[in-house]
Amino acid sequence: MALAFDEYGRPFIILREQDQKTRLRGIDAQKANIAAGKAVARILRSSLGPKGMDKMLQGPDGDVTITNDGATILEQMDVDNQIAKLMVELSRSQDYEIGDGTTGVVVMAGALLEQAERQLDRGIHPIRIAEGYEMASRVAVEHLERISQKFEFDVNNYEPLVQTCMTTLSSKIVNRCKRSLAEIAVKAVLAVADLERRDVNLDLIKVEGKVGGNLEDTELIYGILVDKDMSHPQMPKQIEDAHIAILTCPFEPPKPKTKHKVDIDTVEKFETLRKQEQQYFDEMVQKCKDVGATLVICQWGFDDEANHLLMHRNLPAVRWVGGVELELIAIATGGRIVPRFQELTPEKLGKAGMVREKSFGTTKERMLYIEHCANSKAVTIFIRGGNKMMIEETKRSIHDALCVARNLIRNKSIVYGGGAAEIACSLAVDAAADKYPGVEQYAIRAFAEALDSVPMALAENSGLQPIETLSAVKSQQLKENIPFYGIDCNDVGTNDMREQNVFETLIGKQQQILLATQVVKMILKIDDVISNSEY
Amino acid sequence: MPIDKIFKDDANEEKGERARMASFIGAMAVADLVKSTLGPKGMDKILQSTGRGHSVTVTNDGATILKSLHIDNPAAKVLVDISKVQDDEVGDGTTSVVVLAGELLREAEKLVTSKIHPMTIIAGYRMAAECARDALLKRVMDNKEDAEKFRSDLMKIAMTTLCSKILSQDKEHFAEMAVDAVFRLKGSTNLEAIQIIKKPGGSLRDSFLDEGFILDKKIGIGQPKRIENAKILVANTAMDTDKVKIYGARVRVDSMTKVAEIEGAEKEKMKDKVNKILAHGINCFVNRQLIYNFPEELFADAGVLAIEHADFEGIERLGLVTGGEIASTFDNPESVKLGHCKLIEEIMIGEDKLIHFSGVAMGQACSIVLRGASHHVLDEAERSLHDALCVLSQTVNDSRVLLGGGWPEMVMAKEVDELARKTAGKKSHAIEAFSRALVAIPTTIADNAGLDSAELVAQLRAEHHNQGCNAGIDVISGAVGDMEERGIYEAFKVKQAVLLSATEAAEMILRVDEIITCAPRRREDRM
Repeated sequence: MALAFDEYGRPFIILREQDQKTRLRGIDAQKANIAAGKAVARILRSSLGPKGMDKMLQGPDGDVTITNDGATILEQMDVDNQIAKLMVELSRSQDYEIGDGTTGVVVMAGALLEQAERQLDRGIHPIRIAEGYEMASRVAVEHLERISQKFEFDVNNYEPLVQTCMTTLSSKIVNRCKRSLAEIAVKAVLAVADLERRDVNLDLIKVEGKVGGNLEDTELIYGILVDKDMSHPQMPKQIEDAHIAILTCPFEPPKPKTKHKVDIDTVEKFETLRKQEQQYFDEMVQKCKDVGATLVICQWGFDDEANHLLMHRNLPAVRWVGGVELELIAIATGGRIVPRFQELTPEKLGKAGMVREKSFGTTKERMLYIEHCANSKAVTIFIRGGNKMMIEETKRSIHDALCVARNLIRNKSIVYGGGAAEIACSLAVDAAADKYPGVEQYAIRAFAEALDSVPMALAENSGLQPIETLSAVKSQQLKENIPFYGIDCNDVGTNDMREQNVFETLIGKQQQILLATQVVKMILKIDDVISNSEY
Repeated sequence: MPIDKIFKDDANEEKGERARMASFIGAMAVADLVKSTLGPKGMDKILQSTGRGHSVTVTNDGATILKSLHIDNPAAKVLVDISKVQDDEVGDGTTSVVVLAGELLREAEKLVTSKIHPMTIIAGYRMAAECARDALLKRVMDNKEDAEKFRSDLMKIAMTTLCSKILSQDKEHFAEMAVDAVFRLKGSTNLEAIQIIKKPGGSLRDSFLDEGFILDKKIGIGQPKRIENAKILVANTAMDTDKVKIYGARVRVDSMTKVAEIEGAEKEKMKDKVNKILAHGINCFVNRQLIYNFPEELFADAGVLAIEHADFEGIERLGLVTGGEIASTFDNPESVKLGHCKLIEEIMIGEDKLIHFSGVAMGQACSIVLRGASHHVLDEAERSLHDALCVLSQTVNDSRVLLGGGWPEMVMAKEVDELARKTAGKKSHAIEAFSRALVAIPTTIADNAGLDSAELVAQLRAEHHNQGCNAGIDVISGAVGDMEERGIYEAFKVKQAVLLSATEAAEMILRVDEIITCAPRRREDRM
């Protein structure tokens, strides 16, 4: 194979160093790919749902992460297989696009692959399977649209939003205080949301964590929290009605970009330079003082002398504040970021009702609260928790909840969770299958089966009899023609997801089905895998 | 069709039962390791570092032991982490939290083998933890109003904390010191203001609390050794050659005479600076950075005490106690706040000379001088004292206290047991297990003291059946006794943190059903 001959009988090489490469072709390649995809899905399967388990991941440097967020697990899993990497990508794109449902999408793709394998064994061509899946996914997405419900909320009545966020949080370790966290997330999103344009810039919500205290101490701060303290230990710890100068230039003598040398060859020059230097520091501080600033926040460091001058003139200052935080402070306080001292004007100062330093625990950890800002469009969620892993996991969970709230503001439609939407789609797809002539019909039916696997996994993880529960719910949905019945994971006693208040966003669900179908199509179309056997 | 592998070469994956086993065993191993240090009769551990010098630490502080362990098991790392957090947050109870989490996992393991789903166990544990906390809340005592009583509470807490440490011989002496020091802070938790100076020699009993401030530095030669009514300027400035800070400046000369001239100018500049400093009308100058010979001489001429190279914390503390501000420029002598103290003198502790500032303006800070036979003893004494100070400063803010000696655990266990009886469903097994884990703490205390734990705990349980009983294990007499009479108290905040973080950690480890270990990052061989 590696060697072919042209019309003159001369050999030429098609594949270089073939003996060092492994090659899988045709049905073998497809089977191998499917197996790899399934293996990844199997890992995540047990993390699905409110009773899903966590994974413990040990990173290359020995750091430990405990999570049940699909995207995080896959990201840190150190995957080598190409198809497995595709699955990782899949979950990541769901994370970017929607932010939630990253586990579900992989489980869905795994189920689709499993069904595809069965169809392959029947001798159906992979492309036909792919096409069948495509049709089926369209049916499913349309059906989701049909069964979705819109609900109304506004700034004062955000209960439905909280309920949806709670559904997301209930599968995480933080479900102990999901109610309060969901409220925090919703309030944060509403604070920064542009309800007119139906858009939310999540960059305006800063999520900050500090080890210690309880999860219950997590709070929403209408302002900014900076993990820094005052540059001089004797500066005041609390400033009311602060006028903040936000600087990106250091309190140091200027450093021109062009290379230069100042030569000192006489005593007079030495003297002048010395005077110049002193004057320079003096001017810098004076400028800040002149425009009426009562607090200086600077991206860079201060010289010792400048620091003392600031202290001396009673001008508290914070140094080494990161660029992102600086921007947030500027947004929140309505100030402008000033790159040069000459450009400082009173209008460019930010305003905040209260700036205070707060210390935590027995170690000297201090943080700076900037509150009651002129423009409350930037908020901070401050997470406390028993240990570092808890904080990290809470951050991820809050991120998911924020994304869900944002999606709801963009699009008010919801579907019912607990597998109810999947079961409804499965029924619809199954019914639609009969209408398609041709081989695709089988693929469409397989799609319906695959949809069932999500509620099945839910039931399995909750310790219920999977097949029994699923068939009961399915027949209930069909009989009463109501798409709200799902798996009763929490053992509440009812299958009606409306009563249990388990909602998911419509776009999240649609995206899951579309993304999973796309990836599966891509995997099915591969019929030749050439890889270096070792390197 | 078997898939070859989806992970990288060295990465591995453990699933289901095996993963759970691995994490349980790891966590329990860590808990067992520190278990023997629990309680007043707990034993110490020797830790030898693998670094250069193989330095040795002898300690019975849980956090210190765990910090120095090299652990590969991820679940064990979770436990190390909670003990570290406990140390940061409340300072004490670092061993208890690990032991309790270990016991919770040990009980959970039994439940898992009898086919109870981990989620059910978690649900049960949560209910139990909530109930246990309520039980404690019902029994807390708060003496904030009564200053006299509050102080005696603090004394008792300090003694309870110290009795498990190396300081137990002189616990009253040290408890007194710790309580005095914390009272000086007036409610702030800033322990930086309490300076601990360790000087080998003498015995632990010779340690003392000093009202003033002690700086571990020597007074420059030819400068006064004793100053009364000192005016102190605390500074952070370069007193060697004051460099020109304008970027790119350099000296370029063409003859030797010019070099001499510039050197002269430099000297002049230094002299100027010294004169400016002297213009503040001070008689003591403390700098964070080095003071070179030339300025030192100038200071000596002016009869000013100059102290160089006081480290950053020393400077900050000195600023705090004397009420002066830390200065870096000296152009406006009239507006710089100077620090004041009544007397500066050189004192001797052991063989070392130290500088002692007494009669300081602000009474917040103080120094504790620890004396002891060796460095190991001193290090351990410092850690113990630190624990006591942490607990006390936290208690000043949250003045609720509990009895000690296994009393809180028994109170919680009783309530939790009752809850288990009322709860229907599989959860009740988990709740019962929680109460067993709680009882494990008094059991361990008794075991470590070489007492008959089974007998004592049973007796204790019977005692606790009566309402409002104060019984706990009295390790000294080896019997069940009234904790209130014996004066064994603990801070509520510590107990609550132990309970909540141990439950949280156990929950976290229980939820795991798969461990994926990445390939260790390859390091270049630096040979």
